[in-house]
Formats: sequence, C-alpha cells, structure tokens
Amino acid sequence: MRTLRASGSARLGAAILVVVGVCAALPHLLAPTDPNEQRLLARFTPPFTRGADGTLAVLGTDQLGRDILSRLIYGARTSSVIGFAAVLLAGFTGTALGLLAGVRGGLSDHTVMRLADMQLAFPFILLAITVIGILGPSIRNLVLVVGLSNWAAYARVVRAETLAVRERPYVEAARSLGLPVPRIVIRYILPNVSASLLVVATFGIAGAILTEAGLSFLGLGVPVTIPSWGGMLAEGRQYVDTRYWLALFPGAALFMTVMAINLVGDTLRDTLDPYVQVRRSLEQL
Amino acid sequence: MIGYLCKRLAWALVVLLGISGIVFVVVHLSGDPAALYMSPEGTKEDYELLRSAMGFDRPLPEQYGLFLWRAARGDFGRSLRHQQPTLPLVLARFPATLALTLAAMLLALLLALPLGLLSALRRNSVVDTGGMMFALAGQCMPTFWLGILLILVFAVQLRWLPVYGGDGPATLVLPAVTLGVWAMARTARITRSSMLDVLHQDFLRTARAKGVGEWAVVLRHALRNCAIPIVTALGLELGNLLGGAVITEAVFAYPGIGRLAVEAVVNKDVPLIQAVVLTVASAVLLLNILIDVVYVLLDPRIRLA
Repeated sequence: MRTLRASGSARLGAAILVVVGVCAALPHLLAPTDPNEQRLLARFTPPFTRGADGTLAVLGTDQLGRDILSRLIYGARTSSVIGFAAVLLAGFTGTALGLLAGVRGGLSDHTVMRLADMQLAFPFILLAITVIGILGPSIRNLVLVVGLSNWAAYARVVRAETLAVRERPYVEAARSLGLPVPRIVIRYILPNVSASLLVVATFGIAGAILTEAGLSFLGLGVPVTIPSWGGMLAEGRQYVDTRYWLALFPGAALFMTVMAINLVGDTLRDTLDPYVQVRRSLEQL
Repeated sequence: MIGYLCKRLAWALVVLLGISGIVFVVVHLSGDPAALYMSPEGTKEDYELLRSAMGFDRPLPEQYGLFLWRAARGDFGRSLRHQQPTLPLVLARFPATLALTLAAMLLALLLALPLGLLSALRRNSVVDTGGMMFALAGQCMPTFWLGILLILVFAVQLRWLPVYGGDGPATLVLPAVTLGVWAMARTARITRSSMLDVLHQDFLRTARAKGVGEWAVVLRHALRNCAIPIVTALGLELGNLLGGAVITEAVFAYPGIGRLAVEAVVNKDVPLIQAVVLTVASAVLLLNILIDVVYVLLDPRIRLA
C-alpha cells in the first residue's frame, strides 16, 4: 500500500477511479437531470451553452435532447456494475479451475490448460454477439457472457502460483499432519494466490468494461433504455461529422477509466513480488 | 514434426466440435428455433410444416448429429436473409477481413518492434518513458472511439481519406490503424520486456568481445532470442484481431466478415451465424498451428513433440 501511495501515476489513476466510483454509487445526487429525459426543443445543444429551452447543458445534449453529462454519470454505474459482476464470475470460475489444475495435476491439469488455450485463442466476441443476439440484450446476459469467457487468465495465474506454493515446507508440513486437501487449499494455498488474483482482477475489470462498451456499441450490449458509454458512442457515431460532442465525451470517459485501472494495476503488479513463473503470466496481461 | 502436426490438427477438431456444440446449445436455449425462422404473418400450418422440414421436431442429439454431418461437408444450410447457401457468403467476405487483419498486424509490427527495441536499449530515457506511455494509451483506447476520432480528424476535418466505401488501399488505412493500435501497444510492451531479459545474457557479451558491431549484436543476437515471446503474443493477437475486426468493421462500415456476423445476429439468421463462427474458428486454429511451425523455423532449439 505504501508504494501505491508513492507513485504519481497510480495516485492519478486512483483519483480518477474515486470519481467514477462516486458517480456509480450516487448518480441520482450528482446528475443534473434524469438521464432519459428528452427535451426535443433542446436537441444537439453544444457543450457549455444554453439549449433552445433555456436550460444549461454542461456537456451538451444528444439527438433527443438528453443531457450528456447526466447520461455519462449514469453510464459509470452501468460500466461498474457489469465490470465488477463479470470479474467476480470470471475470478470465481477461473480460481476454482486453476486450483483444480494445480492441486490435482494430471488429466485435470491437462484439460483445464487446453481449455484455457482454446479460450485465449478464440475470438470470443463472435460467440458473445451470438449469445446476446439470440438470448436478448440484458445486464444479466452480458455479465454471464463476459464473465464466463474471461476465466482463462485467472486459471493460468492460480495454477502457476499453486504449483510454486505446493512444494513449500509449510504446505508439506500441513500435508504430513494429515490435514484434508480442501483445508490445505483454503488455509495455505489460497492466501498465497490472492495477491496475484487481485492484479489479474484489476486488469480484468478494465477488460470487462471495454468488452461491455464494445458490445453496447454494436447494439448487442445493455438495452438502449439504460445509459451506457458504449451505447452513447454508437448513437454519436452517426452524427460525428457535425456534432462531435456526442461521441467525444463517452469515449473520453471510457478511455480515462480504463487508463486509470491500468495505472493502478501496473503499480499493484510491480509492488508484488511473486515467483518468476507467475510474473511471466502476469506480464502477459 | 508430422506426428506433432497430426496431434495439433486432431486437437483443433476437438475444439471445433466444442464450439459447434456451444453454438448449437445457444441457438436451442432461445426456446423454439423454428420461431426464429418464421415470418410474423405465418400461419399455424406453415409453422408445423417448417418445423418438420427443418427437422426441429426430432430429438436434439439427432439434430446435432445431422448438423455436424452436414457441416463436415461444408453445408451449413441456407441463409434465411440472403436465401443462398451460407458458406459461399462467408467465404466471399473473408478476403476483405483477412486484408484488414494482416494490414493491422503489419502496422503493429512495424511500429512495435522499433519502439520496444529502443525503449529497452535506452531504458529509463525519454524515449522509453514516452514510448511506454504511448503503448499504455494504445492499450486503454477503446477501438471504436479511436475509429471515430480518426474519422473526425482525417476524414471530416482534413479530408485526406474517405470515411466509408470507395475502393483501393486508401479505404484500408483508417480501419487498419484503428484495429492495429491495440496489438501494437501490447507487442511493444512485450518486445521491451523480453529484450530487457536478453540484454544481460552472456552470449551478448561474447558477441561484443568478438568485436561484433553494436547493431549486429542487437539485431542478430538479441532480437532473434527474444523472438519467441513476441511470436507467441502475435499468435494470441491474431484471434484478438479477427475478433476486433467485428467492431472496427462496424465503425467504418467495412464489408468484411465481422459485419456479416453482426448482420446475421441482428437478423437472427441462425445458419449464417453458425457458418461465420465455425469458419472463423477454423481459420484461427489453423493460423495458430502455423505459428507453432514458425517457432521451429525461428529457434532450432525447439523441437515439437
């Protein structure tokens, strides 16, 4: 934690994340208007000007006269919810499979690692759009798709770390005392894995947010009634030649959030001192 | 080598089987696939006719078996939207996406290798800090936003390049830059870190002691030895690039396989979706095997087993 505080770029990243977090937690207090309120008289109000109906729109309004700042603030909530939920799902699945591979070895190890290779090589977005297209866009479906298709990184790191920890004297001692395997895993292996897991999860949130935005951009993400940065960008794309602000601000919000997460993640990774093998798989992130 | 290739091909078939299974299950998870095929004004009799004609009234394992049997012979059924066999539709779009992906990868390599190399050689210099900040920004950039910004600057403001349509290499420039930036960022970071690993090895000192020039040391002795992690990363990148093409093609209305996929999904054109997913999956798997062969060519110390 001390190193985290010392690094300037990590501090900047953390500050941005705090702002995004507050927006996600309290959008109704911060947003100047309802994000879905349409004021057709004030369509396409440029940023920092008053609309035709006299209301001030700090970041302008979109093609339906909705306030872009308010939609950005509510969009932070959409991104955070999906990012966290998907990472929880992916982390849980990946950790379970990684532990299985690392502890049991043999055929379980082989199967899990081959599945992970397959996952990493396949352009998952094709499967994602198929699933969303057929099951319909909803936050639940998005979390399921993004979560269940990102477990491989967790499995790899957990497996590498488990293999390194497994032969350490204290694990051997626990084993020779006759402790049951689940207990050894939970008491002695999992705590040693948790630091690396935190790093993978940090980058994972950034990845999940980008994926959600990408799917929403294609119209296959969250339903259009929920404000999301990706959806705003998709609508803004149509007016890019004359109304730049529709696409500029949601993209900037997305970019800054992902950048902030990466800055914090980089510092976390450099602060940890895991085994060489583990560091290799972390550097691939 | 031959035995290894056979093993890899067999594994690729298993993966394809798995992916086809997932797609099949997803289509049937939606409830009634016959309903996807029906037009809203269809009657009850039409529905029953369609159900038995498409085989949807048979047991699921039988349907899956039939699907696999046809797919193995390249028959993915007829597209609902285009009323044509799906495979030729997919293959017709493939060259465009392949051109885009290769252009993006080439661009990524041309930028990433020098950037990563210089950053490693001049560690902690301005070049290093600047280069790695650029790489970080590239990695955090949402591709679709970058695409929109590029359109805004180069097509709308400066009018150097066409936004949509047209033909010739000019149409490829903006999409390739958009798609390539992410791969470029990652490759630059990996080049730098594996170069830093190699730079302190004994064989470089030996080469210098022999009087080999500094550039030859770096390019012949160091770069060759950090080629493996770079090629591995590129292999993973290929899958990402083909996937990223889905979004890039949507931004630029580029007529490739990604747009075909999105159209198929939006129209719920099930046979076309299946054909696209399985064709792209086959391509990715084949390219990955190809990359393993490249390993051996790059590094004679590796033996495939």
